Amino acid sequence: MNQLPVIIPVSLLMFAFLTFLLGIWRRSLAYPVATAGVTVSLVASVLGLMRVLQSGPQHYFLGGWAPPLGIEYVLDNLSAFMAVLILTVAFISMAYSRQTFLKEVPEKIVPLYSLLLLLLAGLAGIVVTGDLFNVYVFLEIASLAAYAVLCIGNDKAPVAVIRYVIIGTVGACFYLLGVGFLYFATGSLNMADVAGLLPGLYGSRLVVAAAVFIVAGMALKMALFPFHIWLPDVYTYSPSGVITFVAPLMTKVGAYVLIRMLVSVFSPNYLNESFPVTVALGWLGAAGIIAGSIMAIAQKDLRRMLAYSSVAQIGYVALGIGLANPLGLVGAMLHILNHAFMKGGLFQVSGSIRYSTGLWQIPHLAGLGRRMPWTMGAFTVAAISMVGIPPAAGFFSKWYLVQGAVYADNWVFVGVVLLSSLLNAVYFFRILEKVYTAPEAEHGGASLAKDPPMGMLVPMLIMAVGIIVLGIINAAIVSNILQPVADQIF
Amino acid sequence: MGAFSSTAPLIAVIVPTLAAVLIVLSRRRPNLREFWSVGASAAMFAVVLSILPDVLAGRYPEILLFDISPGISLALTADAAGLIFALSASALWIVTSVYSIGYMRTVGEKKQTRYYASFALCLASTMGVAFSANLLTFVLFYEMLTIATYPLVIHKETPGAVAAGRKYLAYLLTGGLVLIAAAALTYQYAGTLDFKPGGFLSQLGSQPNLMLLFVLFLIGFGVKSALMPLHGWLPTAMIAPTPVSALLHAVAVVKAGVFGFVRVVGFVFGPDLFHSIGAWHVLAVLAAITILLSSLLAMYQDNLKRRLAYSTVGHLSYIVLGVSLLSPLAWVGGLLHIVNHAALKITMFFCAGAIYARTHCENVSELDGMGKQMPITMGAFTLASLGLVGLPPLNGFISKWMLGQGALGADAGVFLGLLLLSGLLNAAYLLPIVRRAYFAKSDKRNRFGEAPLLMVVPLVLTAALALFLGLFPDGLFYFYRLASDTAASIFGGVSG
Amino acid sequence: MMFRSLLDQYPYFISTVLLALGIWGMFAKHNLMKKLIGMNIFQVAIILLFVSSSAKFGGTVPTFDTKIGVANPDLYVNPLPHVLMLTAIVVMVSTTGVALAILLLIYRRYHTLDEREILKRMREQ
Repeated sequence: MNQLPVIIPVSLLMFAFLTFLLGIWRRSLAYPVATAGVTVSLVASVLGLMRVLQSGPQHYFLGGWAPPLGIEYVLDNLSAFMAVLILTVAFISMAYSRQTFLKEVPEKIVPLYSLLLLLLAGLAGIVVTGDLFNVYVFLEIASLAAYAVLCIGNDKAPVAVIRYVIIGTVGACFYLLGVGFLYFATGSLNMADVAGLLPGLYGSRLVVAAAVFIVAGMALKMALFPFHIWLPDVYTYSPSGVITFVAPLMTKVGAYVLIRMLVSVFSPNYLNESFPVTVALGWLGAAGIIAGSIMAIAQKDLRRMLAYSSVAQIGYVALGIGLANPLGLVGAMLHILNHAFMKGGLFQVSGSIRYSTGLWQIPHLAGLGRRMPWTMGAFTVAAISMVGIPPAAGFFSKWYLVQGAVYADNWVFVGVVLLSSLLNAVYFFRILEKVYTAPEAEHGGASLAKDPPMGMLVPMLIMAVGIIVLGIINAAIVSNILQPVADQIF
Repeated sequence: MGAFSSTAPLIAVIVPTLAAVLIVLSRRRPNLREFWSVGASAAMFAVVLSILPDVLAGRYPEILLFDISPGISLALTADAAGLIFALSASALWIVTSVYSIGYMRTVGEKKQTRYYASFALCLASTMGVAFSANLLTFVLFYEMLTIATYPLVIHKETPGAVAAGRKYLAYLLTGGLVLIAAAALTYQYAGTLDFKPGGFLSQLGSQPNLMLLFVLFLIGFGVKSALMPLHGWLPTAMIAPTPVSALLHAVAVVKAGVFGFVRVVGFVFGPDLFHSIGAWHVLAVLAAITILLSSLLAMYQDNLKRRLAYSTVGHLSYIVLGVSLLSPLAWVGGLLHIVNHAALKITMFFCAGAIYARTHCENVSELDGMGKQMPITMGAFTLASLGLVGLPPLNGFISKWMLGQGALGADAGVFLGLLLLSGLLNAAYLLPIVRRAYFAKSDKRNRFGEAPLLMVVPLVLTAALALFLGLFPDGLFYFYRLASDTAASIFGGVSG
Repeated sequence: MMFRSLLDQYPYFISTVLLALGIWGMFAKHNLMKKLIGMNIFQVAIILLFVSSSAKFGGTVPTFDTKIGVANPDLYVNPLPHVLMLTAIVVMVSTTGVALAILLLIYRRYHTLDEREILKRMREQ
């Protein structure tokens, strides 16, 4: 079955249309059909990962046209890993968001689910494709679907999203420019082909410009400091069911593209003489970690706090990539996985609180620990992981990042990673204190709080358990999946 | 040599974890919940005790679980040093469990499920720390210990308790994070993190790098060991209920910190390397300063538990001093003090808790005439005070004697003087309490009477333990044998 | 000489100017519609860049012409950038469509398209 690479995005595309058509006919079909689509793709991605671990990278030529003329889909360790990650989080979020959608935007369910599937198709396509321009196409598919879906059901969301539209489009167009320059220089759009042709062009200004544009474009999409300005508003105002899809995944594919560029197209030290791309990435990441964490501490709105926290977490990934050594890269990739689960879980908790009580201001959350024990339990697990306490997953990505920084003799980065754990502890434990020890408000939403229904509770608990499990088995993931990726280039 | 595969260390960690789960499940039935707590402590102690014969014969059970980082596995092994720590902690958990029941019932604390469950998790983490076979496993359990103790510190949920919790976390998390950097650097230098008696960091790199590594470890472990100036969290943490202060902050958490120093100096650096980079100076001087300053500060504390906290700070540095002196006798003294101080300090905390539970007196100034009202409690308190001062025939004398001999043997006689001075200072802040209790007239009319049985029996037991260990250092669980075996393995240069 | 090559490169200069215009429009203007127009100009600039890169002296439209045959590829303009830009134009149009829909939502709610006004009204809520 060498069609696995293409089944992953295409099935989602087909089901997007199927959901829309069947949904118009009968609204109640939208959710089952959408879930079926995600399931098909999830199964394909898991099978793909197993196949890759057994027999190495899988290639698929679209339309039978061989590269470099045709478009190629490649499943190797990195792409299979990302695909499984995206679809697993998507599957859990699908189950979670059902109730919130039914409660907040019942009349828009059909277009919502089809757009969500389109979004997932775009994300999945980015990670499996082996063609540079194809990445742009899928990136824009995902982004457009995201823009639409983030505006649903809300007054303030469109304002935030229009800014995201503009900045996101600029980012994608920068990426396109970069790809164009690469094409001008090498004559090919296939990643493997370009990688083969680049060494002969060492020192060419066109290639350097290409790299800069690609990195800048992805930095905009990824919300790397200081290009993160679109993120807080978007995460704060969008509907809670939607943000559990978008938050763990959208910015991560930007990071994936960067890693892919470093691993499969440019080699990490290729550019460092003409333009220190990786060094810049590392320092911007470090700045983002500190700035994001500090801004998070200052927030009163739970979602905005989580948004700034996401900016900081993307900083970790950028720092790991910027270290340009195997351990740093492994740490960055592992953190992509861990953060998807942590942030996904946290936003699910935030959505559940909203669903149960209508509240989102941190001072109003007093005493919820007693009324929503399971929800807050999941929150505690995610918070502990964010701070970096074993055996939760967050500890291990920090462990690899610190190792990478020590190896690179960069003690500033070590200090940044460790200091940020303390900063995370400040804003997370502040909430834990409020939730578990503060006396309850006498009136208001908190007194009506109870744990959300099973349909929302179970996915949250799966995320929480997943965080611990991922921590415990992290060595298996690293040695089997992630380390070979890093070893390829160093 | 003589490592053999055995699940015993793992079971020692699993039993309390399971107990925590069972405690949470039995939250509606207090009696069942307390049964799990006491039962688990007894079971865990039995498991640890079962390891003793093997270790004494020189055969070490070990178990390697899965990898937690490529090339580093989650590994548990019971050696003599770990067994000293594990035995003392597990034995004392049994009495603390019984004491807790008495204390909680008398004082009427709420949130008891969270209390007992957190306690069990703390002990699981402590066993993990004691039995860790490599540095990464150690750091893992060390951090878990921090987070497991947090709910206990903020137990009362008053603003003061919550603020104390923040300070607690700030200090302990910082220490743990620095430890991660230390472990990463060690791994980079040595390519392995497995503890080896005599150290595994062979001579590599120039001196400054190893010094940096040592400083990182110093900060990392110094926080939990309450080494000055990193000790600030301990007095503040006294706001926790007394059983917490007794077991955790006299036996488990703080001893994990000094145990960290034991592992680093003896099993990571090794005495020769540690000596050659001059780090022993730094550690010994810091320990000495801590011993002196803490005793002076203790004299000014009116709150009984805070006074005991500063006393703990000082006594922990006895152990650190012993470790830094790098002589076999000093090591034996230091390792024995882990047990001796635990028994003595827990007695004193039990007494403080009993007094509070019965009379709601927290301060030394309120203890006039207590000797008449609570004779057994104050009797145990007096015995323990004499032990901390270092008078025979109590166990405090034994460890002090060995430490002093070790100081002389390491040509560092000044530390012997320090130990004697410290004994005097201990007397200065402990004996006045005794004097007040017995010889001052109380102006309180009420007769309170002795504390409830569930509290009195444990404190009598621990005081008796202190006396027994003073008379027969090897009599119970062969602590003396274990300590000298540890020292021999590290200094003798014989591996295993 | 340099002047000649400068003149030959005029599409790239125009592209750059348009790019700059677009960016200026997006970030300096306060009216959302003008930002959108700036975004459009920006995207068009990139499309122009690509398409002009495919030009060849003496090349003709890249559809098969029986009079020329397939022997000499230099007689046809490079079709690949054209094809890529067809996709990019589709993306541009879709983005514009989505953005216009969002602007409609905003206008219906806030009755203005001036960014500063909108933010002010948002804060007042």
